[in-house]
Amino acid sequence: MTEPLLSVRGLTVEFPTRHGILTAVEDITLDIMPGEVLGMVGESGAGKSMTGNAIIGLIEPPGRIARGEILLKGQRIDNLPPDEMRAIRGRRIGMIFQDPLTSLNPLYRISDQLVETIRTHLPMSQEAARKRAIQLLDDVGIPDAARRIDDYPHQFSGGMRQRVVIALALCAEPDLVIADEPTTALDVSVQAQIIDVMKQLCADRGAAILLVTHDMGVIAETANRVAVMYAGRIAEIGPVREVIKDARHPYTAGLMGAIPRLGENLDRLQQIPGAMPRLSSIPQGCAFNPRCPKVFDRCRSHRPSLSQAEVGRQVACWLYDGVTEA
Amino acid sequence: MSDVLLDVRNLSRRFDVSKPWLNRKLEGLEKLYVKAVDDVSFTVNRGETFALVGESGSGKSTIAKLIVGLLKPTQGEIFFSGQSLARGLSGAEARRLRRRFQMIFQDPLASLNPRWRVTDIIAEPLRVFERSMDDRARRLRVGELLTLVGLSPEDGVKFPHQFSGGQRQRIAIARALAAKPEFIVCDEPTSALDVSVQAQILNLMKDLQKEFGLTYVFISHNLQVVRHMADHIGVLYLGRLAEVAPARDLFEAPRHPYTRMLLDAVPDIEMTGRRRKKVEGEIPSPLSPPPGCAFHPRCPFANDRCKTEVPRTLGGVACHAVEEGRLSDLVQP
Repeated sequence: MTEPLLSVRGLTVEFPTRHGILTAVEDITLDIMPGEVLGMVGESGAGKSMTGNAIIGLIEPPGRIARGEILLKGQRIDNLPPDEMRAIRGRRIGMIFQDPLTSLNPLYRISDQLVETIRTHLPMSQEAARKRAIQLLDDVGIPDAARRIDDYPHQFSGGMRQRVVIALALCAEPDLVIADEPTTALDVSVQAQIIDVMKQLCADRGAAILLVTHDMGVIAETANRVAVMYAGRIAEIGPVREVIKDARHPYTAGLMGAIPRLGENLDRLQQIPGAMPRLSSIPQGCAFNPRCPKVFDRCRSHRPSLSQAEVGRQVACWLYDGVTEA
Repeated sequence: MSDVLLDVRNLSRRFDVSKPWLNRKLEGLEKLYVKAVDDVSFTVNRGETFALVGESGSGKSTIAKLIVGLLKPTQGEIFFSGQSLARGLSGAEARRLRRRFQMIFQDPLASLNPRWRVTDIIAEPLRVFERSMDDRARRLRVGELLTLVGLSPEDGVKFPHQFSGGQRQRIAIARALAAKPEFIVCDEPTSALDVSVQAQILNLMKDLQKEFGLTYVFISHNLQVVRHMADHIGVLYLGRLAEVAPARDLFEAPRHPYTRMLLDAVPDIEMTGRRRKKVEGEIPSPLSPPPGCAFHPRCPFANDRCKTEVPRTLGGVACHAVEEGRLSDLVQP
């Protein structure tokens, strides 16, 4: 059996506030295999971005990793000093954020930003780095890369900028790319192009992706496995096709039913009553229990933890508790 | 023949984006205009939902603002139940007509006054349009409206920031309904919301439509949402209508190459393993749209005629290739 590239064990992120400690992410455990695309979906406030930020060590104080550990190829990276973490960030873990305009410096040419990043991480001469930068831009599908490389970010369209950001993330041939809502700011036709580019590049280079998004459609197109987040915890994790076609957790089922589909002509969408709880008032027991159609007594008092429902699928729901004990 | 409530004819709107006068004189520049909406015509039947879809910069929101009178058209006419809206209306007449249509915006937090209590927000249209109503009756009516959109009358004393995004959109809907309009323009009403909340709002909007016989113009970039809501759909590209068709026809047999491309780009959530064509290119800058058909640089079927001649709208489609029958064999069953 291959060793996971990234292994997260019991990760908990807390924010101390005047009104007590808020738990943004609680007890997240997941593995990413080399070359795998793991999707992470959830609605706003579910803790998906926070999990991504925790992995690359970008939790803003006063937030802190309270418990758990993060291992990259077996090496712990959650407790590294800032200098060593900086060497890993960009070199071994690349990042793509939602808004390409904020990840690029508007005052520098694309060439400067790419060459600087390449030379920070790889021992290369100025010319060699520039050549590599042009090659990267070409790989992400920017036409006429040799000429466009000396443009400023504002001279590119939104889709092209996001391609530049992908090129930046891939500069140092990282093992893992964390993509946080990479297509959310883009139009559908451009979104399709960016998804294709990401899939292609990571397949070519064997890099794994943690794809954080609220869009189930993007996950369905891209990911191998998906983790569904709710109120800071993983509700369900498993292969994409199985989770989408045959959701186990009532929240996943509700979420899938709420998405309007092209192929159907339904009069009403299935709806989940209520809204995600605030961090300051996560209900006792299962966080989903006030909205759950299948709630029973145990859900209101005891919080279910992620357990094996069948091979490769884990669900945090008391409905499937019997399955593991049997 | 159904009853036409809104009739938009040859609507155009351009914006002056020139540099200031002195810069123009010094740099020898011409005045510069963006054609945000260019020669758009469509009709909306009473009790139906007409959706406008398009990517950013296609002119969807400009059309919404033109319809409700927040912008004046450069050219063209808008008729609302037979009366022209584009020509300035006189005071009393305008007031009578305006209470019959309302608008819902994308970001409910930006469209609700943060310093007003919800009761005051929802009562404002009543104060404007129902002057004879006394305070007590108004409060009762606000309570009814809040119940109608799934909130409780006690929520009226709160401020907008005390609600979640979905609840705020419910408040915006309650305010739109306060004056008992027949017609509501919805500009991306759910795109700031999470899917589970979006489902709640879409269901609510459909219920209200049935209950009050409302007519919607529904603007969105999300094709799945449009598919769920609309009876008729207009597809916009760079300020022009590429195709207008009944929703079912548009999704089952799209005719314009741009519509086909858009449909191909929608993520395949059913995981049917459908192969999709690669999407080419991006929307050009509206400042310098391509000559002829604006879609021709991205269109796989473009020929010389498409590069020079702007296609006319025939049978709901503005495309030379469709007109000449070059695409007929490619229509999917």
